[in-house]
Amino acid sequence: MASKLLASSCRRTLARTANTSAPRGISTAAGAAVVAPTPEAFEDQGVVTVKGVKISARPLYLDMQATSPVDPRVLDAMLPYYLARFGNPHSRTHLYGWESDSAVETARSQVADLIGASPKEIVFTSGATESNNISIKGVMKFYKEKKRHVVTTQTEHKCVLDSCRHLQQEGFEVTYLPVGSDGIVDLEKLRSAIRPDTGLVSVMAVNNEIGVIQPMEEIGKICKEFNVPFHTDAAQALGKIPIDVEKWNVSLMSLSGHKIYGPKGVGALFMRRRPRIRVEPQMNGGGQERGIRSGTVPTPLVVGMGAACELAKKEMKYDDKRIRALQERLLKGIKAKLDGVVVNGSIERRYAGNLNLSFAYVEGESLLMGLKDVAVSSGSACTSASLEPSYVLRALGVDEDMAHTSIRFGIGRFTTEAEIDRAVELTVQQVEKLREMSPLYEMVKEGIDIKQIQWAQH
Amino acid sequence: MLRLASKRLLGQAPPRPAQILSRFYHENVIDHFNNPRNVGSFDKNDPTVGTGLVGAPACGDVMKLQIKVDEKTGEIVDARFKTFGCGSAIASSSVATEWVKGKQMEEVLTIKNTEIAKHLSLPPVKLHCSMLAEDAIKAAVKDYQTKRAKVNGTPDAAPVEQAAQA
Repeated sequence: MASKLLASSCRRTLARTANTSAPRGISTAAGAAVVAPTPEAFEDQGVVTVKGVKISARPLYLDMQATSPVDPRVLDAMLPYYLARFGNPHSRTHLYGWESDSAVETARSQVADLIGASPKEIVFTSGATESNNISIKGVMKFYKEKKRHVVTTQTEHKCVLDSCRHLQQEGFEVTYLPVGSDGIVDLEKLRSAIRPDTGLVSVMAVNNEIGVIQPMEEIGKICKEFNVPFHTDAAQALGKIPIDVEKWNVSLMSLSGHKIYGPKGVGALFMRRRPRIRVEPQMNGGGQERGIRSGTVPTPLVVGMGAACELAKKEMKYDDKRIRALQERLLKGIKAKLDGVVVNGSIERRYAGNLNLSFAYVEGESLLMGLKDVAVSSGSACTSASLEPSYVLRALGVDEDMAHTSIRFGIGRFTTEAEIDRAVELTVQQVEKLREMSPLYEMVKEGIDIKQIQWAQH
Repeated sequence: MLRLASKRLLGQAPPRPAQILSRFYHENVIDHFNNPRNVGSFDKNDPTVGTGLVGAPACGDVMKLQIKVDEKTGEIVDARFKTFGCGSAIASSSVATEWVKGKQMEEVLTIKNTEIAKHLSLPPVKLHCSMLAEDAIKAAVKDYQTKRAKVNGTPDAAPVEQAAQA
């Protein structure tokens, strides 16, 4: 008995070593292959158990708004600066410093190129969060004598909202503009909110949760009219939609590395030179990055971001076409088999790689639990640490019960058709199963209008 | 046993993970989610069925718990549930239906949410799911008793109802 087991295990080892010699692909298509494996081989594969959930392979990654995989070409560009050319770019006295500095400057011009700016206007930071902090707090504190008011929107990223809250605690005033049900800010409301003492208008270009693209040119025009600095958080927009700082008339722009297939831990801040915008530095020290952001510039990370920007410039059109086709495939696939599917946010003015869907009568967290082979995220309360549903969806005016049901699919450069098809299949399956379990669906089927019921809360 | 040993011998078994990643979902919760017990509905108008509907879509949690009671013995012979809510809510209501089966109505009123939470190892942020399950049980029992009172109009329904409200 024991010898038989040993023999079969031996055979399996030999068979496996033969299979695993092929290089593993980068894409997460491993999970997409639904070729029926033999039951024994299935058990032997690396069964991953995380948070009590057993999954047979790494899940399909459809959460590109959270972060993106590093493009292998970017990694290639970065590695020499970790291993051989590891100098500090601020060392002026030897080759290591000079070559490091030259790499940083090259990266700077690559980033500037992508947004239509001059390299002298780019400051490297540790990420878009830091850039947002410098922009909002830095600008207002510099001009604090004359300017006491900030205008922003309700759907901004948490770091922007939190910086504004910090300013409020210090005595500044902030206006949070509402958005329409399509997620777009109302230009008339913006116009009327600007006051003589408004020091900054901050509107993000592409929203991270719902993917809507704000009317940047029109907002830029309004800001120019009132001569108010315009800041935008373009972390999700960089490399995905064409950005031109002249056309948009932005004075400050926050950029992030890890959303465009670059490394994590690096970002940039665009600061206009004509007319010059001044900020109070938030990181004090040796005066690096023109005194705006002290600290050693991390050469490998910055080189990575530069390489990512260059690739993005080359491949933006191609990626956009491909991602748009994948988004349509996803949406059509799901809508073909399910009813009660709502797209959150404007469909026309939207970045194609972000698809935020609400499935009526199904709760988001339970759907995520069922979709364990697909990595997506949700705007549902249960998945946030508090029990509040996503503030972005609430700002859209989405009904509270629908806010609990939203799922965000993020499509990117490395997403394949097979992954989309598998995601559609799994989503439809899980939604149907959960609808069977849902009392609301049952009531709707019976013809009861849910909105009329008086719910007994405790 | 032998297979695992032989696998270890050949160095094939998956290595014990050095760190156990902190679990947010207990195995029981996953189990109830993947294999939910007693999903379904009874006929609401059946006089032996009590229906408890608690929660609100605005809170993200709605539970419908139905019990089928044997009229003569007062024992709950069957239960069904339907839930709109997160995995913990589904698991809590599934556990609730399992626990009420075969018990007397007065007995199930003593089921506490803390017991459900302990069985599922619910983290503090999910305790309200178990509270809702307890409320659902109570609401189902109350509904059944109200139905019986309407049908019979007998005095013995009243003291039980008072016990339920206590």
